[in-house]
Amino acid sequence: MRSRFLPLLMTLLVFILMYAFAYSRFDSFGSMRIIGNLLRDNAFWGIAAVGMTFVIISGGIDLSVGSVIAFTGVFCALMIDRNGWDPLATFVVILTIGTIFGATMGFFIHRFKIPAFIVTLSGLFLARGMAYVLSTDSIRIDHPFYEQISDLVYIFPDRGRFTFAAGAFLVVLVIGIFLAHFTRFGRNVYALGGNPDAALLLGVPVGRTTITVYALNSFLTTLAGIILSLAKHSGDSTIAVGLELDVIAAVVIGGTLLTGGVGYVIGTFIAVMTLGTIQTYLTLDGSLTPWWIKIVIGVLLFAFVGLQKLLSSRQGVFGLKRRPAIAGP
Amino acid sequence: MNSAGKEVSSDQNRRGNLKIGKLFSGDSRLLWTVLALVIILLVDRLISANFFDVRLVNDRLVGSLINILDNSAPYALLAVGMTLVIATKGIDLSVGAVMAICAAVAVVMIRNYEAGATEFYYQPGFVMLITIIIGAICGLWNGILVAFLDLQPIIATLILMVAGRGVAQMITGGQSPTFTNETLAFIGRGVVFGVPFPIYLALAALILVMLLVRRTALGLLIESVGVNDRASYYAGIQARMIKLFVYMLSGVCAAIAGMIVAGEVKSADPHTAGLFTELDAILAVVIGGTALSGGRFYLGLSVMGVLIIQSLLVGLYVSSLHPTTNLVVKAIVVLAVLLLQSPEFRRFITGPFRRTA
Repeated sequence: MRSRFLPLLMTLLVFILMYAFAYSRFDSFGSMRIIGNLLRDNAFWGIAAVGMTFVIISGGIDLSVGSVIAFTGVFCALMIDRNGWDPLATFVVILTIGTIFGATMGFFIHRFKIPAFIVTLSGLFLARGMAYVLSTDSIRIDHPFYEQISDLVYIFPDRGRFTFAAGAFLVVLVIGIFLAHFTRFGRNVYALGGNPDAALLLGVPVGRTTITVYALNSFLTTLAGIILSLAKHSGDSTIAVGLELDVIAAVVIGGTLLTGGVGYVIGTFIAVMTLGTIQTYLTLDGSLTPWWIKIVIGVLLFAFVGLQKLLSSRQGVFGLKRRPAIAGP
Repeated sequence: MNSAGKEVSSDQNRRGNLKIGKLFSGDSRLLWTVLALVIILLVDRLISANFFDVRLVNDRLVGSLINILDNSAPYALLAVGMTLVIATKGIDLSVGAVMAICAAVAVVMIRNYEAGATEFYYQPGFVMLITIIIGAICGLWNGILVAFLDLQPIIATLILMVAGRGVAQMITGGQSPTFTNETLAFIGRGVVFGVPFPIYLALAALILVMLLVRRTALGLLIESVGVNDRASYYAGIQARMIKLFVYMLSGVCAAIAGMIVAGEVKSADPHTAGLFTELDAILAVVIGGTALSGGRFYLGLSVMGVLIIQSLLVGLYVSSLHPTTNLVVKAIVVLAVLLLQSPEFRRFITGPFRRTA
C-alpha cells in the first residue's frame, strides 16, 4: 500500500469505527433517517470544507469562512425579506460578491506578499463587520421560494429524508473531486502547494491559481451560507463564529497536509461525516456534556497529525518541512 | 509605553540600522508603525476634543489614553509571548483558550477558598501561582508538539485552541462562576499610584522579557532558530529547548492575561474569555513588523501594534459612529497598515513615479 493513501484509509477507518460504535448503541444509525440528517445537517459546512481543501492544498489558509457565511445569511434575509428581491437574483448577487471578496484576498496575498493568515484574518473582521452593519437582529425569511426548496425532498421508505441541501452537498463534492484530480487547475493547485518556486519555474500561473483558489473557496463558502439560509429560513449576523476552525480541523483530519501539496477532497468529506456522526451520537446519548465534542475534535486532530508525522518521518534530525507553515514575505 | 519604542530604536542604532535616509527608503518598520499610531491618535483627537485629557478621579487617573493602556494590557502580555513564538517561525493559536482555562482554574479555586477551604493551595497567592503553572503546562504541551514531535505550529496549537475551550468548560462545569475575592480581582481592576494595575503587569513583562532576550544571547538564539532551525542545531544551539521555552513563556503570558480578564469582571466565562485574543495578538505582532516567517523580532513594536489596535477601538468608542461599524473600520485600518508595510505595495503605488534604474 502506498503510504500517501494511508492517511485517507485511516480517516475512512476511523469513520467506520465511529459509525459502527454509534450503530451498536443506537439502532437508528442504520436507518436512512440518520444518514439523511447527517448529510443535511453537515451540508453547509461540508461545502465550505471542500473549498478549504483547495486552499490548504495550495499551501494557504482562509480564516474568513464563518464570517462570510454569516454575511451571506444576513444579506439574503435583508434583500429577500425587507427589500423584496427575487431569491434567485439575490443568490446570484451574493455569489458574485463572495467570489470577488475571495479573489481580492487572493490578489492581496499574491501581489503584496502579505501572509494568507493575516489577509484572511482581516477578511474575517471585514465580513463579520459588514454583517453587523447590515443588521444585528436575526431576520426571518418568509418567501414561497424557501418553502418550495424545503418541500424539495426525496423521502425514503423508512421516512428518511434526502433534502435539497444534502443533494447540493454531494454535487459540490463531485465537482470538487473532478476539479482537483481531472483538470489543469487542480494540478496547478497541487503543484503550487507542493513547491511554489518549482511551480513557477514549471510555468504554473502562480498568481492566477492563487487568486482562483481563494475566489473558489469564497464562492463555495457563500454557497454554504445560502444553504444555511435555506435551512434556517433566517439570517443572523452572530452565527458560525469560529466555524473556520472546525472546517480546517475537518480538512486536516481528512488527510490534507497543512504544508500544502497533499490531500483529497473525498478525505474532507469523510472527516465531515465523522465529526457529524460524533455530534449526532453525543446529541442522542445526552449523558455526555456538550464540551466533549471539542475535546474529541482536539484528540482526533492530534491523532491524525501524529499519524501523518509518523508516516513521513524519514527526514533527518529535525524532520524539517520544505516550507514554513505559513508562507511569509 | 513610550520607552518601549525608544528601547527598540536605540537597539537599532546600536546595530547601525537606523539612518535618516533609510527611514523613508522602505525597510524601516519603526517609522511606519509609529506613524500609524500617531495618525490614529491624531484622528482620535479630531473626533473627540478631550481625547488627550487625563484627570485624577478618586485617586485613579481617568481618560481615553488611560483606557487605551488599560485595554492594551492583556493583549500586550499575549503579544510579548507571541512575538518570541513567531520569531522561532512558530505561531500560537491557543493563547485565547489557555486564557479561558487559566481564568477557569483561578476562579474555581478561589471559590473553594471563599467557601472556606483551608488547604494551603487555596490561598489566593497559591491560586495565582498554580494558575501560572497551568499556563506553563499548556505552553509545555504546545512546545512538545512543535519541538519534539515536529508538528506544524499552526496545527499543533490548533489542537489546544479547539480542545482548550472544552477543557475550560469542563473545569467550570459549563457555568460562568463568579467570585468576590479582592486579591484576585486586584490583578484585573487594582489601582496603584492612580494607574490601573494591569498596565504595570504588561510593562513589567515587556521589560523583563526585553532584558532577558536583549541583554543575554537568548534573543539572538531565538532569531537564529527562526531563520534556520537545522543550521542552528548544527551550530550547537539547543533549538528544541529554545522552542519549548518560547511556547512556555507564551503560556505563562496567557495565564496572567487570563487572570487580568477574570479579575476585571470577577468571573470566568469559558465561552467568551479570551475569545479571538489570539488573532488580535498575532495581528499586533505582524503590525509591529515581526514576519510570520520567523527571524528578526521587535518586542517593543509588537506592543505598539497592540496600542494601535486599542487606540483605534477606543477612538471608535468615543466617536459617534454606530458600534456595529467597529469591525469594518478595524478591518480596513488594519489592512491599510499592513499594506503600508508591504514593500511590494509601496513599489506598486510609487512605481509610476519612479525612474527606471
